[in-house]
Amino acid sequence: MKWLVARSPTRFAIAWGELPVPKVLNFVNVPSLDEISQQFLVERQLISRELAEGDGPRGVAFSSAEDVSIMVNEEDHLRLQVLRSGLALDECWEEINRMDDALEEELTFAFHEKYGYLTACPTNVGTGIRVSVMLHLPALVQTREIQKVFHSLQKINLAVRGLYGEGSQALGDFYQISNQYTLGLSETQVIDKVRSVIPRLLDYERRARTAMLEEKKEQLHDHIARASGILRSAQTISSEETMHLLSSVRLGVNLGLIDDVEISTLNELFIMTQPAHLQKLKKTELDSADRNKARAALIRNRLTGDSQD
Amino acid sequence: MKKCRRCSKSATLHITELRQGEATEIHLCETCAKDYLSQAEEVSTPDGDVQFDQLEESEQPEVSGIDDRTCPNCGITFREFRTQGRLGCPHDYVEFESDLIPLIENIHGETQHCGKLPKRAPDSSRRQHQLIRLRSELKVAVEEENYESAARLRDEIQEVESQLQGNDSSEE
Repeated sequence: MKWLVARSPTRFAIAWGELPVPKVLNFVNVPSLDEISQQFLVERQLISRELAEGDGPRGVAFSSAEDVSIMVNEEDHLRLQVLRSGLALDECWEEINRMDDALEEELTFAFHEKYGYLTACPTNVGTGIRVSVMLHLPALVQTREIQKVFHSLQKINLAVRGLYGEGSQALGDFYQISNQYTLGLSETQVIDKVRSVIPRLLDYERRARTAMLEEKKEQLHDHIARASGILRSAQTISSEETMHLLSSVRLGVNLGLIDDVEISTLNELFIMTQPAHLQKLKKTELDSADRNKARAALIRNRLTGDSQD
Repeated sequence: MKKCRRCSKSATLHITELRQGEATEIHLCETCAKDYLSQAEEVSTPDGDVQFDQLEESEQPEVSGIDDRTCPNCGITFREFRTQGRLGCPHDYVEFESDLIPLIENIHGETQHCGKLPKRAPDSSRRQHQLIRLRSELKVAVEEENYESAARLRDEIQEVESQLQGNDSSEE
């Protein structure tokens, strides 16, 4: 997240042509999109809710693989994002650092000797970096140990956010662990700090899973099988319930209690069953009730091979 | 077993210092070693750097008047910033500095950037930031009781400092 040095004293909007972005990126002028398309980009994690809901000229440039996105005129003039699956923080940093260098060749970021790179919100000042690791922690949620874990993370100044980042709910037991401090640590120190807690968190999750298997395997198996049953036969289902049930089934596959569905199918369903995705798929605007029907049909189709309509 | 140079406890850490090509061995207990290495950090803080002592004074700003101060560049008042949580332009960091410092320290626990620098930054400012980064790494190394890296970092700090001093005297 970085602010550019002001060109005009009143407004900080930047013209598209001024951005030295490689041509391989797709440009999208966000205000020109309808609401569903804007929401679609949020669901694909290409833009933030703030960028979708903002006003004034703003946009996003993203790679076809959707692993790189550059948001323009979000909270700050520029917000660069690099995503990777697995714990590939160094790769992400290399990529984003390279992009930042390239942009810096052409643009002047607002910089202060003491406070570093200047941002609209003082919570991002300094490096402006947010290192975030998304984890699926269903067992910690079910054993209610998750609050304890979060409390200890907060003590060491790490933040826990939901599926869509700041201020969002932890749908489907997905959590993002990220740094709170952006000042006083170098970028690599921030990365090391976030990375250092991940193995321990995964270990807690594994232990919670093992404990659940040992103490109440039948109950757990039943719970997961029922979740799978509902997903396979429901005729109408909300987004929230879908996330919740998919999370249980995902846990079941990981624990070897269910073997008739691939993790990749479940991951895809987490994305595809979101409201804007459904409407894009159906190529029409749907109200909540129609979305719930379309969602149930899509899930049945993916899990049982039933025809969608 | 050797005794700690500072107290009578047994020394558990043996530091070899190299100064102008001469090696000196120092034997310290764990507590004294922590002190010793963090002292190296404190001693090497030149003037005009992170002035934590001044922060406490600015932590209680006079309430009246401050909120209505306006940035001449973007026109935002401090009150508006407090309401919306967003500054209006980079100049606000200068205009509202005395009020932002306690806030920034509260958010980050630090007030000195030690990350990436603009490529166009002058050499001396690069060195200053290198120094800040090294000191922050030293602090972490001491906290983690990683004395081997702490000693290496301390040497690096001294080297950068002497480079900076060299620059200063050549400019005079």
